[in-house]
Parts: sequence; structure tokens; C-alpha cells
Amino acid sequence: MLSVSVLLATRAIRRHLLRSFLTVLGIVVGVAAVITIVTIGRGATVKIVQQVSELGANLLIVEPGRTRTGGDENPPPFQLLDVEAIRSQIRGIRAVSAQVRTSAIVVRNGVNRNTSIDGVTDDYLTAQNWTLSNGRRFTAEDEDAGKTVCLIGAEIRRSFFRDEEPLGKPLKVQDMICEVVGVLTARGQSGFGDDRDSTIILPLRAVQRTLTGTREVQTIIVAIDPTYSTANLKASLISLLRERRRLAGGALDNFSITDTKQIIDAVASVTRVMTALLGAVAAVSLLVGGIGIMNVMLVSVTERTREIGIRMAIGAVAQDVLLQFLVEATLLACLGSLIGIALALIGSLILAPILSIPFVFDPVINLASFLFSALIGIVFGYFPARRAATLNPIEALRHE
Amino acid sequence: MTIPVIRLRGVTKSYGSGEGAFHALRGVDLEVTAGSFVAVMGPSGSGKSTLMNILGCLDVPTGGSFLFKDVAIERLSKDERAILRRRHLGFVFQGFNLLARTTAIENVELPLIYRRDEHHRRRAAAAAALDRVGLSDWAQHTPAELSGGQQQRVAIARAIVTAPAVLLADEPTGNLDSQRSTEIMTLLTELNQASGITILMVTHEPDMAAYAQMTVYVRDGLIDRIERADGTGSTAC
Ligand SMILES: Nc1ncnc2c1ncn2[C@@H]1O[C@H](COP(=O)(O)OP(=O)(O)OP(=O)(O)O)[C@@H](O)[C@H]1O
Ligand SMILES: [Mg+2]
Repeated sequence: MLSVSVLLATRAIRRHLLRSFLTVLGIVVGVAAVITIVTIGRGATVKIVQQVSELGANLLIVEPGRTRTGGDENPPPFQLLDVEAIRSQIRGIRAVSAQVRTSAIVVRNGVNRNTSIDGVTDDYLTAQNWTLSNGRRFTAEDEDAGKTVCLIGAEIRRSFFRDEEPLGKPLKVQDMICEVVGVLTARGQSGFGDDRDSTIILPLRAVQRTLTGTREVQTIIVAIDPTYSTANLKASLISLLRERRRLAGGALDNFSITDTKQIIDAVASVTRVMTALLGAVAAVSLLVGGIGIMNVMLVSVTERTREIGIRMAIGAVAQDVLLQFLVEATLLACLGSLIGIALALIGSLILAPILSIPFVFDPVINLASFLFSALIGIVFGYFPARRAATLNPIEALRHE
Repeated sequence: MTIPVIRLRGVTKSYGSGEGAFHALRGVDLEVTAGSFVAVMGPSGSGKSTLMNILGCLDVPTGGSFLFKDVAIERLSKDERAILRRRHLGFVFQGFNLLARTTAIENVELPLIYRRDEHHRRRAAAAAALDRVGLSDWAQHTPAELSGGQQQRVAIARAIVTAPAVLLADEPTGNLDSQRSTEIMTLLTELNQASGITILMVTHEPDMAAYAQMTVYVRDGLIDRIERADGTGSTAC
């Protein structure tokens, strides 16, 4: 039954290739837009999640102040003792590290550059899942003595040492000379705008003594053992810190804890919402494409009135004509969406590297667009098909 | 052997209704025996095409009865008439009415597609029909690549591919020069005699009507008289 309609519809499409193509242009563009946007959106989400998880899979970043409104205007900073207390009193911690971040002019052999400097305790690299491509980590002795030894990022190595071996070489950081003992593996952008490969890491004490001039710790980084519950750990961390900072029962926290997982989720959900919105706009254009099909099919029915009359005279029943036009509209919509899918594939493959995001093929959105287009073909093809099927054969034959 | 394949009794056809109604046929009685070749003549507007449309089951009479092979056509639905058309009737039109941009063989097989014939059978039948009208070599050509006479022969092939009982031709030579017209008439006569297809043909030219065994003269929606080739004449009421 349907095979006859498919045969006749494909013949009709082949007879009028250009018109057929123009008919489905809207669908082609709509499908291509929907799929490209969703594909690029998926890629962006994947990339952001990747970047954020490179910060360390599941970290709690603890900082003084910066709570919601009403917090202490001048919250006391953390001390190294707080870090020790967390390490010894909280269960479920994989690593904990103090961090002080500042910047300094770094000079070597006439190369001169303002660079971000991190003063950390040894567990910092463990917490960040960061390895060395070269050299060694700080020893306990380095840390206790606050020795001026440093680990350099891959980019620092490139700009200050080029092809030279950096290990054991001196680097002038502000007024102190420090010796390079290790090179960090390259990590790229952190996702928060700072280039983590352009960092120099020194023992906390060294930075405190020579650069910041205080014994304050800006940030405490807590890496969670994945077998422990983040919520429980966070709760005990809060109560420990409140106790240490002598906060009364009703007082607000004067420190903040940021969960990197929350950041990942938040960023990912923003991207998802954006993708959904853009996708919806594109889906509307698909609908407009459907109306385009209906327009051209209606014109085509009028133009082909005589043809329809001939078909009826030689024995086509109303259903034959109805199905032929319906199948024609549906086939056109399907062909259009296949072209759109191909264009989206090409477009995404070209766009992904330009936007430096991964190409993520999503079979669901491709299939859904295809089925939606077929549905549009059926829905918007029905009215013209119905009109063709109800023509009077004699009047149709007399039509010029 | 006089089995009537077509029997009209008091057939009327009116367009519009009430005061403004136009009566194109005003009571036509006609019997056509199987295997005959009938020409229909008459002045323009006399109702010839209207009569042919009713005989071809494209239209239904307003009044009277029409028996086609003992089937009362006025009782059939639109779709039942379409099915009857593809089983028993073939049409040839003045304007050929082939599908544009469609090869001769695809045009010819179209009625078989609607009859749901299987691919190989319908290709073979279409090729045979084209052969019958002498166009085997033109099967893959589209109407635009064929002369008027060739197009009309493709149309005839399309009409006979279903082996119909009756072939209806409304001014089949109206758009052709006299030589092509003669070719078409020879072909129709041959089909009538060799295959026994009943042919009803509207024409304005007595030369063409001369090929028929019987000529029906229509005037003002009524049959004026019927002339037979053997010389006997009769006058309808
Ligand atoms: N659909 C219609 N509505 C109104 N009047 C019609 C319709 N079809 C035909 N007529 C009228 O019926 C009359 C008979 O028309 P018909 O086409 O049968 O004439 P004809 O004998 O075939 O003429 P011709 O030789 O010019 O083809 C004409 O006066 C025509 O105007
Ligand atoms: Mg006429």
C-alpha cells in the first residue's frame, strides 16, 4: 500500500529536484542549527567540567571572610595551626594544604616578567593531583627552614629557560634568589582565567617571609577522600573552624568553603540552560521550516491540479492521492533533515577546534531532530494532501 | 452478438440548481454493444464531453440510470468509480495529458501502479503496450521529447495497458495534423478489431467519424440521431 505512495512520491521529488530542495530549505537550516548548537553546547559543557575537575577532583577551598552579607567586616586570617588542626582532627581527608598567593617580578638573563607566586605546604601537589615532569618536590627540611627553592610551571620554564635544563638553576623572584628543584607538568587554563602553567610554587614559609611579610595563610585546600561523604566532612570542618575562630552560637561564619564539585555542577548547568534556550530558538526555526513545506506543497497542489486529475482519471482513489502527497511531504522533510544533520556534523567538526572544545556526537539529538522533522512533514503535509485528494477529477482535468 | 456494455436510460446532467441551472444533458438513451466503435458528433456545447465524462465514470448523472456491464454507476461511491475506471476503462484526451518530465514507459505503467501490479509484470505490460502503438524505441523519452502524434500514441498505450473493456477518446485527433490523425485512427481501428475493445470517440471531423461503425449525433443535450456505417439510421426521441 505505502510502497506505491513511496514510489510515486520519490518520482515526483526527482521530477522537481530544485523545487523539492527549496521546499525543505527551512528544515535543512532548522535541523542544522538545532544539532550544531546542541553539539557545541555539549562540547562546551564537557570542556568546562574537564577544566574544573583538573583543579582537583573533589576539593574544598576554605577562605576567610567572603561569606554572605552580614559577616565579619575584617575576618581574621588562617594560620598554619588551623591547617594542622584540620589535618589531625578531621576524618576523611586525603590531603590538606595551606596556600598564599601573590605575584612578583621574576628575572633571569634579562627576561623579566610579572608572575603569580604560590606559597604552599607540601601536600598542595597531592591535593591538586599535580605531578612533576622533572625534579623533586619540597622536602620537610625545605619547608621548615623556608628555603628558597621553587617548582616552576611549564610556561615559566619555556619563557625563562628555553632549551636549558632548569634544575639547580637560580631564578630571581623579587629580591630573593631561589633554586629551581622541579618542573610541573603542563595543565593549561584553569577555567577561571588564570594560566596555571605560568605559576611558580615556593614553600609557604619562604613566601611569607620574603614576599607577604606575615604569617597569615590565605587559603586552605582540603582534598577529600572519595569514600567519605563531602557533606559530613564539610559539616565537621565548619564546626572545627567555628570553634577555633571562637564564633558564638548565633554568629555567622566568617569564612567560606567552596566545593569544586558545586562549581562544576553550577557551570555545567548554566551551559545546559544556554544550550536548551538556543536549541529551543532553533527548534522554532524548524517549525517555521514546516510551514515552508506546507506553503510550497499548497502551491504545488494547485500547480499540479491537472496531474492530479490525470491520476484520478486513470484510477487513483482519493487515498492514493492523499498518501502520495503526504509521503512526498514526509520524505522531503526526512531528506531535508538528513541534509541538515550532515551540515551540522560538518559545521560542528569545523567549529569545535576553532572554539577549542571537544566534538561530542549526541545520537539522541540527531535522532530526535530527524523524527521531529518527519512529524513536521506529516503534520504540515496533511492539509495540502487532503486538498489534493478531494479535488474533483473533471475540474482538475480542465485546469490549465 | 449484441450484449450492451453501456446502457443509458433518460440520463440528465444539470450544472447548478434552481433558476440558474444549466441542463447539459436532457434525457439521453443509448446502448453500446461490446466491441463496437462509436463516434460522437455534434456542435460545440451540445454536451458531448459531458456525456463522455459520465460514460467514463468521472462524473455521475443528475437523473436517469447508467448501467455499465450491469453495474448501476449512480450507486457507486467516488472511490468505487475510480476502481471501476482502472479495471475497465481507458481514456484518451485531446490534450494527451501525459505526466510531464516522466518517461513514456513510466506514464504507461501508471494505471498498473494504481492497480498494485507487481513491478516486473507492470514493466512488461507497459513495454508491450508501447510496442503495440509502435513506440518501443521511445520508452525512455519524456513527453517534451516526443511529437504530438507520438504523445497521443503514448496516451493510447496508457489507456490500453490495463486491457480495458471500453476506451473513451474525447477529440483524440483534435490537436494533430491530418496525417497524424490518420495514424491515430488506424491504430484505434486496429485496437477495436484485433482486441475487441469498445471505443467511444468524440470528434468534430466527419473523416474521423467515418472510421466508426456508428455515429451518434448530439444536439442541445439530446441524441439527435444515430447513423450506422452500414447505412441504417435511427432517430432518438
Ligand atoms: N462544470 C460545468 N459547469 C457549468 N456548465 C458546464 C460545466 N461543464 C460543461 N458545462 C456546459 O455544458 C455544456 C456542454 O458542455 P460540453 O463540454 O459537454 O460540450 P461539448 O459538446 O463537449 O463542446 P465542445 O465541442 O466545445 O467540446 C456547455 O454549454 C458548457 O458550458
Ligand atoms: Mg468537449
